[in-house]
Amino acid sequence: MAALNLAPADVADDLSRYIHPAVGGERNFEIAVKGAHCAGCIAKIEGGVKGIAGVSAARLNLSTGKLTVAWRDDAVKPQMVLRRVRDLGYEAQPFEAPAVLDAEAHEGRMLLRCLAVSGFATVFIMGLTDAIWYGADLSPALRQSFFWLAAAVSVPVTLYSGQVFYLSAWSVLRQWRTNMDVPISLALLLALGLSLYQTAQRAHDTYFDAAVMLTFLLLVGRYLDFRLRDRARGAARHLLVMQSLLAQRFRPDAKLETVAARELAPGDHIFLATGERLPVNGTLLERNSEADLSLVTGETMPVSLAASATLLAGSIITGAPATILVTARVEDSLVADLARLLEAGQQTRNRYVNLAEKAARAYVPLVTGLALLVFVGWLLAGAGLEHAITSAITVLIITCPCALGLAVPAVQVAATSRLFRKGVFVKSGNALERLAEIDVAVFDKTGTLTLGKPVLENGAEIAPDMLQNAALLARGSRHPLARALAEAAGPGPVATDLRETAGAGLEAAGRRLGNAAWCGIASGNGGSELWFREGNTAPMVFRFHDKIRPETKAVVTSLKNRGIDVEMLTGDRADAAGDIAREAGIALWNAEVGPAAKALHMKSYRAGGRRTLMVGDGLNDTAALALAHVSVAPGTAAEVSQLAADLVIRGDSLEPLIEAIDVSRKAKRLVLQNFAMAALYNLTAIPMAAFGLVSPLVAAVTMAGSSLLVTLNALRLVQS
Amino acid sequence: MNGMAVVIAAALLLGLGGLGVLLWALSSDQYEDLEGDALRILNDDPPPPAS
Repeated sequence: MAALNLAPADVADDLSRYIHPAVGGERNFEIAVKGAHCAGCIAKIEGGVKGIAGVSAARLNLSTGKLTVAWRDDAVKPQMVLRRVRDLGYEAQPFEAPAVLDAEAHEGRMLLRCLAVSGFATVFIMGLTDAIWYGADLSPALRQSFFWLAAAVSVPVTLYSGQVFYLSAWSVLRQWRTNMDVPISLALLLALGLSLYQTAQRAHDTYFDAAVMLTFLLLVGRYLDFRLRDRARGAARHLLVMQSLLAQRFRPDAKLETVAARELAPGDHIFLATGERLPVNGTLLERNSEADLSLVTGETMPVSLAASATLLAGSIITGAPATILVTARVEDSLVADLARLLEAGQQTRNRYVNLAEKAARAYVPLVTGLALLVFVGWLLAGAGLEHAITSAITVLIITCPCALGLAVPAVQVAATSRLFRKGVFVKSGNALERLAEIDVAVFDKTGTLTLGKPVLENGAEIAPDMLQNAALLARGSRHPLARALAEAAGPGPVATDLRETAGAGLEAAGRRLGNAAWCGIASGNGGSELWFREGNTAPMVFRFHDKIRPETKAVVTSLKNRGIDVEMLTGDRADAAGDIAREAGIALWNAEVGPAAKALHMKSYRAGGRRTLMVGDGLNDTAALALAHVSVAPGTAAEVSQLAADLVIRGDSLEPLIEAIDVSRKAKRLVLQNFAMAALYNLTAIPMAAFGLVSPLVAAVTMAGSSLLVTLNALRLVQS
Repeated sequence: MNGMAVVIAAALLLGLGGLGVLLWALSSDQYEDLEGDALRILNDDPPPPAS
């Protein structure tokens, strides 16, 4: 098929559905860019794309990884933009925003707007009411006008900004359930109502300041919580967008067209260039190639493939470019199976009741019960109906779970931002709570305990000049073994006139580097090796193996010191697994465990009441990651695994894992302390409110005080 | 008394002004990419075209 020689530029494809019309006849094209992290990246990408003739604007949003490009000129093609970004060294895909993302962005803006409005009102009303509480010489008429002014500002503000709570409370009440927003809404609305009544009666127990301040403080907690979830979703969003893979399909006229992977149907022929990932299951056609199956099996070394070999989705072609016959749709392929497993894991996880929810469940009936008791108590004691109602409402206002609403998000924000600086990415708030509870840590071997890439094993047996000669060739190739060889030899020149024969080896100036057959050896020793021959001398062999991470042993010891059992599960052979386990100091290990067996293992731990931490990086670990009590993936892990894991460690070390466990345990302690403080506040405030001793000033001071205390306590996590 | 009315009105207007600016900033997408904007100041602007 001649089409194999097509350069990507000649590919006939249609990206028009990704182009949106914008104002002034411009067209907008949105691209998901991966790998941009710094000011230099922004300048490079925006500058590079603007450099295309006809492009009028390019702006990269670093938080979402979305690059918006605008042009008016028909000469500009989306492919040119994509290619330019890829040439600059970043992964790029047309951006396809799921509807969920828009809803999330809307929620964030709404919260921020409510927060701003209530912040303004809090400051203003405080200024007014301070004058009332302290200004003993205010004339009654002036005080009355102050109250009306406070009412005029705080009623609309509390109604507007508090809608976050009212809507949430209403939605659960309709289902005959309750949550923390029910007492919050009740307190806010009752405080407004009572204050209006008092003002109209020319009395002076108004809670306008308490209502707006409550709204403001609660919204701070809510916004912190949103930011946390948003940042966590940011990572997942990135992965999701990058997964909307494209594929190059042969048209009947043997030309290539680019289509979304989900449009592929069994029977289609697709073209995969070296380094590309297969989006669906398929069969290799025509010639031999080589593939990196590490995402599928966890095996690091590339596997050579004969024509008509079966390939699973997720394989990366490392050998010659391949034509593949599609045998399954995306949704029937391996990745989709994993996605279903992931979903199952997510469901068990959603059943996890976090501490804040536990507190809410106990809190709501307790507080409403108390208010009712106070009401009945005053009536029985012979007080008037008005006094009984006022006291009951005061109880509801004063017990509004303001500090409780801040207790958990403040700690979680402090903990995740500290971990973020240490290179640990926490993807959900309650992941830390779950991490604090673990008692077993299960590790995958390849790529987790080990470096997951080949390292030259017999370097000591090889003469330095031979190594350098071989490296002359190796530096010119992207093959994993060649790269390992180049790394062992260090930086240096590349042979000129280098030719690479895919699936065989490299050749330059009479030197050959490649597989056994390429160097004239009938059969190699098997395993990962490269052969090297200079002229007619006897070929020599470079052997490679996967090496344990330098910090693995220390990490395992630290885990054991914290009372956590350590186990290793691997799909690898028993002898290789045993060596690594011994080296890492892990006594408990199982080899030749497939993905399904790994998942089963997690389930049996769960059934036994143990709380597992799963650390893994491959597609084969994904199900186990999703089913574990909490899971961690190294930053080098497959995208799906990062998606499945609760925490992702950036960088190339396992050490932050220990830090994460310590921080999570400390965070849990702080949350409990915060609950204790909030409870203490309520224990002192409720009796006062019940006996009608709480003035609006006392309410304002105690509420702000307890919220401040809780926040300061959480901030202790940031320092150290 | 009159002084009080002026001061309170001024406080209200200043507060509302600040709120208005924040809401405007929000609606004109200035809070969309805090991470990127923090880094953008490090980039040099292109030199002004020679006149």
